[in-house]
Amino acid sequence: MTMIEKKVGSAANFVDERLGAAGWVKKSLNKVFPDHWTFMFGEICMYSFVILLLSGTFLTFWYDPSQRDVVYEGVYQPLKGITMSAAYASSLDISFEVRGGLLMRQIHHWSANIFMAAIVAHLLRVFFTGAFRKPREFNWILGILLLTLGLVEGLLGYSLPDDLLSGTGLRITSAIIQAVPLVGTYLTFFLFGGAFPGVGFIPRIFTLHILILPGIFLALITVHVMLVWYQKHTQFPGPGKTEKNVVGHPILPVYMAKAGGFFFIVFGVTAFLAAVASINPIWLYGPYTPGQISAGSQPDWYMGWLDGLVRMAPPWETHAFGHTISWNILIPALIVPGIIFTAMAFYPFIESWITGDKREHHLLDRPRNVPNRTALGVMSITFVLICLINGGNDILATHFDLSINQIMWASRISVFILPPIAFVITKRLCLSLQRADRDLVLHGMETGRLVRMGSGEFVEVHEPISAEKRFILTSHQQAAALELPASDARGVRRPGALKNKLRLRLSKAHAVAIPKVSAQEFKEIEHH
Amino acid sequence: MSSELEAFADPGLPVHAPRAADVDPRAEKRAEQQVALLFWLSAFGSALLIYSYIWIPEDAFIFIPVMGDQNAHQLFLGLGMAMSLFFLGMAAVLWAKKLMPDTEMVNHRHEFRSSDEDREALIKTVKEGVGGLKLGRRRLIKGSLLASLGLFALPPVLLLRDLGPLPGKDLEKTNWKAGTQLVTDPGNRPILASDLEVGSVVQVLPAVADSAHRPLSDIAKDPVLLIRLRPEEFKLTPERLAMTHDGIIAFSKICSHMGCAVALYEQQTKHLLCPCHQSTFDVTQAAKVIFGPSARPLPQLDITVDEKGYLIARAPFNEAVGPSFWERNSQ
Amino acid sequence: MRHISGYRNHKGVAPLLLVIALFGIGTTFNVASASIKEPMNASARSAQIEEGKQIFLKGCSTCHGLNLEGSAIAPALMGVGAASVDFQVGTGRMPVADMSVQIARKDPVYNEEEVAALAAYVASLAPGPAIPTAEQLNYERDGSTAEGGELFRNNCAMCHNFAAQGGALTQGKYAPTLMGVQVHHIYEALITGPQSMPVFNDKTLTPEEKLSVIKWIKAAEAEPNLGGASLGRTGPVAEGLLVWVLGLGALIAVAVWLTSRAR
Repeated sequence: MTMIEKKVGSAANFVDERLGAAGWVKKSLNKVFPDHWTFMFGEICMYSFVILLLSGTFLTFWYDPSQRDVVYEGVYQPLKGITMSAAYASSLDISFEVRGGLLMRQIHHWSANIFMAAIVAHLLRVFFTGAFRKPREFNWILGILLLTLGLVEGLLGYSLPDDLLSGTGLRITSAIIQAVPLVGTYLTFFLFGGAFPGVGFIPRIFTLHILILPGIFLALITVHVMLVWYQKHTQFPGPGKTEKNVVGHPILPVYMAKAGGFFFIVFGVTAFLAAVASINPIWLYGPYTPGQISAGSQPDWYMGWLDGLVRMAPPWETHAFGHTISWNILIPALIVPGIIFTAMAFYPFIESWITGDKREHHLLDRPRNVPNRTALGVMSITFVLICLINGGNDILATHFDLSINQIMWASRISVFILPPIAFVITKRLCLSLQRADRDLVLHGMETGRLVRMGSGEFVEVHEPISAEKRFILTSHQQAAALELPASDARGVRRPGALKNKLRLRLSKAHAVAIPKVSAQEFKEIEHH
Repeated sequence: MSSELEAFADPGLPVHAPRAADVDPRAEKRAEQQVALLFWLSAFGSALLIYSYIWIPEDAFIFIPVMGDQNAHQLFLGLGMAMSLFFLGMAAVLWAKKLMPDTEMVNHRHEFRSSDEDREALIKTVKEGVGGLKLGRRRLIKGSLLASLGLFALPPVLLLRDLGPLPGKDLEKTNWKAGTQLVTDPGNRPILASDLEVGSVVQVLPAVADSAHRPLSDIAKDPVLLIRLRPEEFKLTPERLAMTHDGIIAFSKICSHMGCAVALYEQQTKHLLCPCHQSTFDVTQAAKVIFGPSARPLPQLDITVDEKGYLIARAPFNEAVGPSFWERNSQ
Repeated sequence: MRHISGYRNHKGVAPLLLVIALFGIGTTFNVASASIKEPMNASARSAQIEEGKQIFLKGCSTCHGLNLEGSAIAPALMGVGAASVDFQVGTGRMPVADMSVQIARKDPVYNEEEVAALAAYVASLAPGPAIPTAEQLNYERDGSTAEGGELFRNNCAMCHNFAAQGGALTQGKYAPTLMGVQVHHIYEALITGPQSMPVFNDKTLTPEEKLSVIKWIKAAEAEPNLGGASLGRTGPVAEGLLVWVLGLGALIAVAVWLTSRAR
């Protein structure tokens, strides 16, 4: 035994005699993780979160969360002598007087953007591959919660420097809260500590941004990851991969090295962005005062689609009995997002209700094999993209010689028309891809070589595909649509006939598929 | 529909193929060198970071093509950090990919459902435990428990009461009163009606005692936009026309949609545009909404001049300025 | 960044300035004779007005009328003043190349002398705002950057964007970028209110305040990128695009490599 082995051994003995952890650790180190590049999105999120914690902590050492008026006397000449909040002044000091401060601020902001982008990419991967199905519904809901929290946390962080742009964002946020019927006015006064912009908002959102929300994040992320650990990762279908196993590299050493290395890579890419590209140049925006505004005031991209939705809302307000209800704010800023996020959270249950599928799933779907779900996903992406485009309509207008009015009208119309069109096209595309898979299995790959037959005609030579490929293309299950008789055996109509009818229709739409090739079919063709 | 019987047989996991570094010592050596090189690059990055932090002055600038003039301190500090982190990660990954054992392993999954015995035992335990409370029989406790729990929830909410004052009529009040002078923002100079020429626009605030220290919550409600047109360009009702002075019309600058500063005045079309959500208001028609999500015109301020010719408010706003709220009582 | 203004004094800049200076000497004589003018005598002035009239009749009268009375497609020019002519023609907006929603800045058609002649001619028919003199435009001496920034954010940023990069107006119109616009053109735009822009006369925005605004614009123009590539100084839209394309794009590329099997 070498010296090192002896030392490690005695340390391990010390720990195990007190915690009895050997069994658990041994089991954990034998865990395997399947490899696929799309499985890395979640890791990007987690690492970005760690980067956010580190860079954020750095920033708190100098940031002063106060709306107290100060006169700026720092090094940035164009703002010298201007009265501003201590929050803004300290953000300027971090940028210009703390070495590496601007870099850290930019790392923090870029990282937040990458965090949100990776969450969305992760969500899309999980959705399109059906990874949310039983038994992973809880984790899906946790994911939606994390996404929602991320939106709020991002908005609060964007507001902290108290520059003109972030103040404009807060103004809009306060208007949304104020629009809530019955309690809105009270809520804004309590949140802001008085009429907008109040006196207490910056210190309050600071506490939320650096303590409460990160705490909740940490707890939810821990549970999220522990569930992945406990339930084991899903895997893409392939030879040797079943619902009963999971194939991949063990934690020690390969996965550990790769995952650990990837953390540094994510951090490195974020630092690179922060080094070469300016983000949120608050010194150019100037301090916030409600009487000022800049052209092209935008939120960060993950809130941009909501802003775009607010922009395209119709000018509806109800005035009755001495009260006002602002539908032009409530619908786009609260009702529609509320419906979207709730529907997202419940989607796993909705889908399993439609398909009647209550089994566990550990093998992922290829998106083409579930046309309805894939089409729904693309439809939702289309919707959000249209909103996002409208959220930047003023920037688009100036850069592409368009008119904001044109873009606005185009968005207002296409937000209703394009998503359904995207649904239909995607569904058809999925079915064509299924058909192509079927042809590939039955007739093999086109080789481009032409052969002249005895009868004189030319025929392209097809090469049969490998058994592995054939298996991948045919291993998915094609469930039939539900059959729910409208009346039971004695001819009595079952209750909830309308609900059943809807379910039947949805189930039928969900089950549409090009029949995959069966082994028998393949044999028959081979014999010919 | 093909049943599972007719499915293709699973060819099973592909046979493990060794990598170049597993069989060829030269490839192994090469991989090792590559990993080492990446670690050295990372070390170089850290050195660059340290160098930049200490020796590159914060006011040194460097021209980089495409990017323009860059602050050298910030750029090299960041690039050093990026290299230090990125190549450390790349080295670890390359090491894992090329040199660490890459045999794939298979774990088996277990069903998550607990066994029937476990479930029954749990139900029994819970039943016994809850039964021990005998809530059904202890009516007194049940009632008082509910009451105490219900009241228990109230104090935490109540304790938040002092987060802010009650709104009262605050949202409907501004510093504009009958006779308040209009002063420029910034500058706080009173304005003669003759100071404005046709096509001019001025942002004004109400004259207050301490004009140097206006609370931001006042600036969130008080700003007014003063615009001068040719009087014949107005398409106003007589009441609204009476609120103007010699072609000068005054509107709240706070958007009736979400409270941004509506200040984009197009002198030719006489339109006001809000940059936040593109509500467009027609100044000639008393700021009627002609485009965008806002549902109400901007409130108009009744103005006139005092005996010296300075612009003053004749009356306060006759409606609340800014975004709508539940208690707002006007069209 | 103790002294951001010290940028101009950086070592690397000095040789560059020398080269520019040497280059400049050759051309200075021409420019100097035009800009530091002696007060014109009466005959020179009437000759200039006559020259302006000829240019006007040839190049402008088709739309603006023989007597500046305007037409269905062009405004009357009585009383617009020399400042307006200098701005419109000097920035190349006039004569119009294409009649779209907005007349854009382009390379001027007329040279400095011709513009001056045109301006003198138009001003001779009816009084209007005059072209500011070099003395009036000494913003380095009379302006204050910080105050200018405050004024800019109050009066200009809503259309021209926080960093004077320009922004969208309604129906395809736009507020142009102020980068690279000459000082006297900015001043003239303020006092004449071209196209969609409102007028900021000397009562509502004093001459000193105008110079402060100009000083701030020039400072913004000269400000080097303090935090990396500026991304056009248009705000979060470009940042969002970059994060998806470069940020997530790079990470996906690494992830694909990381999860692929080594050969």
